[in-house]
Amino acid sequence: MADIFKLVALGIVAVFAAMGVNFARDLAYQANALTVLAVALGLFVHIVRSMGRPKPAPETGYMDEVIRYGVIATALWGVVGFLAGTYIAFQLAFPDLNWGLSYTSFGRLRPLHTSAVIFAFGGNALICTSFYVVQRTCATRLWGGNLAWFVFWGFQLVIVLGATSYLLGGSQSREYAELAWHIDIWLTVVWVAYLAVFMGTLFNRKERHIYVANWFYLSFIVTVAMLHVVNNLAWPVSVWGSESYSLFSGVQDAMTQWWYGHNAVGFFLTAGFLGMMYYFVPKQAERPVYSYKLSIIHFWALIFLYIWAGPHHLHYTALPDWAQTLGMVFSIMLWMPSWGGMINGLMTLNGAWDKLRTDPVIRMLVVSVGFYGMSTFEGPMMSIKAVNSLSHYTDWTIGHVHSGALGWNGMITFGALYFLVPRLWNRARLYSLAMVSWHFWLATIGIVLYASSMWVTGIMEGLMWREVDSQGFLVNSFADTVGAKFPMYIVRGLGGVLYLTGAVIMCVNLYQTIRGRLREEREPLAAGAVAAE
Amino acid sequence: MADHDRKDIDDITGTETTQHEWDGIKELDTPLPKWWLYTFYGTIAWALVYTVLFPAWPLISSATAGVLGYSSRAEVHEAIAEHTAAQSIYTDRIAELSIDEVASDAELMQFAQAGGAAIFATYCSQCHGAGAAGVQASGYPNLLDDDWIWGGTRDAIEYTIRHGIRNELDYDARLSEMPRFGADEILGAEEIAAVADHVLSLSGQGEGNEDGAALFADNCAACHGKDGTGNHDLGAPNLADAIWLYGGSREKVIESIHYARAGVMPPWNEEARGASGLSDTEIKQVALYVHSLGGGVEAAPEE
Repeated sequence: MADIFKLVALGIVAVFAAMGVNFARDLAYQANALTVLAVALGLFVHIVRSMGRPKPAPETGYMDEVIRYGVIATALWGVVGFLAGTYIAFQLAFPDLNWGLSYTSFGRLRPLHTSAVIFAFGGNALICTSFYVVQRTCATRLWGGNLAWFVFWGFQLVIVLGATSYLLGGSQSREYAELAWHIDIWLTVVWVAYLAVFMGTLFNRKERHIYVANWFYLSFIVTVAMLHVVNNLAWPVSVWGSESYSLFSGVQDAMTQWWYGHNAVGFFLTAGFLGMMYYFVPKQAERPVYSYKLSIIHFWALIFLYIWAGPHHLHYTALPDWAQTLGMVFSIMLWMPSWGGMINGLMTLNGAWDKLRTDPVIRMLVVSVGFYGMSTFEGPMMSIKAVNSLSHYTDWTIGHVHSGALGWNGMITFGALYFLVPRLWNRARLYSLAMVSWHFWLATIGIVLYASSMWVTGIMEGLMWREVDSQGFLVNSFADTVGAKFPMYIVRGLGGVLYLTGAVIMCVNLYQTIRGRLREEREPLAAGAVAAE
Repeated sequence: MADHDRKDIDDITGTETTQHEWDGIKELDTPLPKWWLYTFYGTIAWALVYTVLFPAWPLISSATAGVLGYSSRAEVHEAIAEHTAAQSIYTDRIAELSIDEVASDAELMQFAQAGGAAIFATYCSQCHGAGAAGVQASGYPNLLDDDWIWGGTRDAIEYTIRHGIRNELDYDARLSEMPRFGADEILGAEEIAAVADHVLSLSGQGEGNEDGAALFADNCAACHGKDGTGNHDLGAPNLADAIWLYGGSREKVIESIHYARAGVMPPWNEEARGASGLSDTEIKQVALYVHSLGGGVEAAPEE
């Protein structure tokens, strides 16, 4: 009966998608409709073929297959996102790499890069680790049966639709929310399913208390749902096209966008990843979390304060002064709550500091928390209006984002993947710890090159823009600043190459681990091996 | 699960745990770090003081103005007024004098060139390049040489900047239109090729030909002159000097004759542009700057 219902639903979707292919007003929408049509038909055939066969008995125990898929998706999307980022970094140094084609232009590849790293890489990391963590810390199977599979595949569909749409010119021009309205609706459906799986599992927990990692994951899922829905309120020009008009206008629209944009950082890249931190750091260090009190206070302070800090993205604009002031003071107050997570992460190593020498995975997690601390200090500092008047619109902002994204989000995800793969595939240990060390150093040096080159260009161009001569005339043209930044753009690109290389090494290492191989290494370090569980 | 009657002490730190355990993870009951807590309080206290001093708290239809009476708009207006006042000793005189009179005053000229350079960097460099060398073969003229399309005297340059070329914002924009000889089937493909060869021969490239010369005299000479040296009044470029605005290859010259060219430059006066325009004195400054770049021409004495 359920199968019949699914077939009817898929049939309706397929017919609608076929109409979409036919009536499409733009290429991006047409490609999306074609993808949906193919997926719906494929699923339809699959269900018809499996009808009547006896269904396998429902599995018990932890639901780990979907997490294995998630781990692989995270690693692969990561490489795609880093590759796109490195490529567009070189486009800024060598504009000829745009090839004169709209499809390969910076304007289209840039949202592809940001979405690939934040949502495809980061999103898959958050979804698969949250599924792993919530099951272990609630001692229960994921709620909702195959709903977790729907979340995984539904999210991959969002990524594929989004990526093709960007390349073909579909974008609603909202930073980090470029997805066209029809993909936004699908993402909302997937996200509600995600929330249901997570909440359902929490309700079924066998432990009396909810572990701190799960508070962070839950706050991330709930808040991102709210941000996504509000920021994407728009009216489509046609049912058959990608274009839409925002429900907000003018400065309200800008404020809504940066309320979203800032809290995408706050709840997607901070709260969600703190959830990862609170599980994987104590597990890998085999030490208790440093302070329960600190985790409570910094959690509530963080989620209360973060949501107000968005206006600091609109300093010295049409946004009223009072809103700018509030955006700034909330950002300053956010400093200590952010650092609460850093303290809890670092101090959890109390009694296990020696592992930094022997275990490259712990090193990765600790450096990640270090970068978290650095960028959550830099952020409040840059939100101060006097600093912002220099830093705004310069590469300093790009450097700030990347020290957080590459350092904090990237490194903690790598650490989590190295933790998860041997456990999920029941391997004695990783294929090679030496390769983890290589990954660690390549990534760390890559980040240092990236962040330092962007500080240099950012501060330089900020100073060049405001430089006036003795008679009060501006000294530099915009093109002068672009020319002056060229050498640093090369350095930044090299940083990207190093970071990408590290991620490729990780993929090889994880692949060999999954195949069950163990590289013979001179000194198999006990600390990196997986303790028998 | 935890046994609530008995304390669970972590061996290494000697700190009590909270007696909960999830998948082997315990939590220590460490109190909040004092420096953390007091810094947090400090930022909150600072925030409260700051929001009293500056505009902050939203009310029903406005917001608190702050004790210091700060306003970012007022601040920028003040800065602009201060800047304008400081420069007025020069700008007031530049406004009164004609552009040639400004050029003959060394002090004013020094000011005008510095100001013109800044204006040029901000508004002109996008098309003409930061060094004013234009973009060869893309229709953005080089301003460093003495090959002027609409004239290179100070007055001519000032007029071009003020009103622009072939734009729809200013009725006084410089205007001329070259016919599309090929696209509108005025000349055939072979005829165009012949004219192109003749045009190239004017600057000593390749052999001329009689057909081309005759066609040039009938169709082109009215604007570009019999010898192809051009006409500033009509914006007809000199074709005899091997300097090309849209490329000097045979293909490019044929393309220019076939489709014609009609480069556009925006007007910069405030009447046409509103707030995004340049003031009269700014236009004079940037004209003097461009004139001084190397190719400026002195006006012929009145006849």
